[in-house]
Amino acid sequence: MAIKDLPKEEYILKGHAACPGCPITIALRTALKALGKNVIFVIPASCSAVIQSLYPKTSFAFPTLNIAFEASAAAASGVASALKMLGRDDITPVVWAGDGGTYDIGLQALSGALERGTNFIYVCYNNQMYSNTGIQRSGATPYGAWTTTTWSGKKEYEKNFAEIVMAHRIPYVATATIAYPEDLYRKMKKAKEMKGARYIEILAPCPPGWRFDMSKTVEMARLAVETGAWILYEAIDGKIEFNLESKKILEGKERKPVEEWLKMQGRFAHLRVEDIEKIKKWIDDKWEHYRKIYSMK
Amino acid sequence: MKTAISYPTEGAMGKTGTWRVFKPVVDEQKCIKCYRCWIFCPDCAIEIEQFPVIDYNYCKGCGICANECPVKAISMEREGK
Amino acid sequence: MIVIDTANHISALAAKMARPKVIAAYPITPQTTIVERLAEYVEKGQLDAEFIRVESEHSAMTACIAAEACGVRTFTATSSHGLLLMHEMLHWAGLARLPVVMVNVNRAIGPGWNIWSDANDSMAQRDTSWIHFYCSSNQEVFDTIIQAYKIAESSEVMLPAMISYDGFILSHTSMPAEIPSQKEIDEFLPPFKPAWSIVDEAITHGNIIEPLNYAKVRYDMMLSMEKAKKVIEEVGEDFGKKFGRYYGLVDEYKCDDADYVIVAMASIASEAKFAVERLRSRGEKVGVVNLRTHRPFPYEKLKYDKLIVIDRNISPGLGGVVYNEIKGKVREAYGFIAGIGGMDVSYKDIERIYELAKKGKEGFYLFEVS
Repeated sequence: MAIKDLPKEEYILKGHAACPGCPITIALRTALKALGKNVIFVIPASCSAVIQSLYPKTSFAFPTLNIAFEASAAAASGVASALKMLGRDDITPVVWAGDGGTYDIGLQALSGALERGTNFIYVCYNNQMYSNTGIQRSGATPYGAWTTTTWSGKKEYEKNFAEIVMAHRIPYVATATIAYPEDLYRKMKKAKEMKGARYIEILAPCPPGWRFDMSKTVEMARLAVETGAWILYEAIDGKIEFNLESKKILEGKERKPVEEWLKMQGRFAHLRVEDIEKIKKWIDDKWEHYRKIYSMK
Repeated sequence: MKTAISYPTEGAMGKTGTWRVFKPVVDEQKCIKCYRCWIFCPDCAIEIEQFPVIDYNYCKGCGICANECPVKAISMEREGK
Repeated sequence: MIVIDTANHISALAAKMARPKVIAAYPITPQTTIVERLAEYVEKGQLDAEFIRVESEHSAMTACIAAEACGVRTFTATSSHGLLLMHEMLHWAGLARLPVVMVNVNRAIGPGWNIWSDANDSMAQRDTSWIHFYCSSNQEVFDTIIQAYKIAESSEVMLPAMISYDGFILSHTSMPAEIPSQKEIDEFLPPFKPAWSIVDEAITHGNIIEPLNYAKVRYDMMLSMEKAKKVIEEVGEDFGKKFGRYYGLVDEYKCDDADYVIVAMASIASEAKFAVERLRSRGEKVGVVNLRTHRPFPYEKLKYDKLIVIDRNISPGLGGVVYNEIKGKVREAYGFIAGIGGMDVSYKDIERIYELAKKGKEGFYLFEVS
């Protein structure tokens, strides 16, 4: 579906508390166009919890249950079960959580909910750090990135979380990013039409966290895909299909140099040559891994 | 019975247009109605009628619309010029 | 119909008859047989509910909270470390005004691993804005669970409720209990009418709230907890009219002409009745008041001159919790800590405690005083 044909209805109201140039509301706007109003969103402590603005007002014009940081998937399980007992299969429970509440503190509840085959969509918007508390490192922070708890750059690599989710053998796992709204819309729509546990992870470049100009948020997301730092794919019942740029790269298109992506972000400004080489190798190895999967089709 | 229930309200954080330093200005001649500025606005501050219309009450001046416009029909001008 | 079964199985039966729609529970000794029985009820089609086999107690309480936020009645059960793990979400349920009902089988906290009973686990939750009941018999367990739903869900209260009883002493001990018919329970306990729900409502629950507004929520909870005293008595009265067993905030035994009144809870309170009989046969004027309700704290019911408080818990640096809650407010009170870690508190111990109190002694029984 072309961008101009996407539904015009908005479920986020103007005048919310997000930073200027925030990727989260870009993602949420597109996601809601696909999901519609028959949803119950579960939102843990995160930027999204704050973006809603202050009681007694909210900027979110759809049912939203805020919940404790580590608990979103457990809350979604409660919602899914309640809806089942109420006979409301027209309402979709959706978790809208950051990488902190997904990769780290929320992992246990998520793993449990996935293993139980909970009927919900879990969306992780990944800005690769604990954004809301002021840019601390998370399990999603890439090697070398500066954060307020990794002043000389993170020494560990990030988790390959979508694969952790795939190991739970759920019906739908997909990655997306804000630079490709038609792709995000399509994936959300597809997830909505399915039953069982569905997981979508959206790369969400954060201007204050990654240290880049707030006008470049969408460009950053696009560059992540074009350099191969972020890979777009979806797995239906475990069968992986690659999308758009990522598919072209697997079919032979050359990736843009990773340095182009790194040097746009202040969080990588301190990197030495050997760090950049390590990052490039990490990304190359990931592509080798997916090339093998792609060639086995 | 009191608990923390909030109701959808436009302008919950006030007129966030006051956050701006730079504001987007649309050159209607150049616009090709691709709707990219609309879909990428984090603040739902752009509507497409004949041309993109910016809601300056709420536009925070991030500049994504100007950056993403494929024909550079939007430029960022300093507020209070 | 008389049923002779353990408190755990009777809990499961009461929970079943209360018709919850969602149950989320995680096993922990000595609560396990509640969860197992409920799973059986659901799988055999005897209980129409979704049973979420959550992966932790924190998730159990979260799932119940979320289901209640969709307007459905829930149930869960736990003990000791499981209760402690849920602590954050106990607060959440209170502040969200969601009337979850939960059974807590009292069990001591580790390390080292101790599966026997003391009340430190539930006492540590006394500030979470839950209504706290303590039961002294399997009959009370059944009756209190049913009443707890009615109390918690009443529009004047809308606060969650927990029912505690001693691990193994009651949980795994069979006693007879009169069980009403499902029809009678349905007449007594109508379907849940939630105060709020996020189904079909574009509302947000729990976003950021500034100090003044937050304080208003807390204040309203305080008022509701006060009102709960009246509601607990009313529901207990209605229960008595319908089923023949009356309940109130406390249960007094031979207190009218007593010089000393023993204040105790749960199994110690029922054991104390037997001690009172033996003491009275020796001419001692003593009674026992069973603190059935710990939150809201029924100060008005403890209008005796001389109290002997037996706490099956300890707040280090302060002493027994109930003793310290009472002692400034009554003329004379003697506090004893007994039964910690599942140490046995027999009628003989209670008689000994009485003798010590009469001599003006108090303290950690068997270690400070004996």
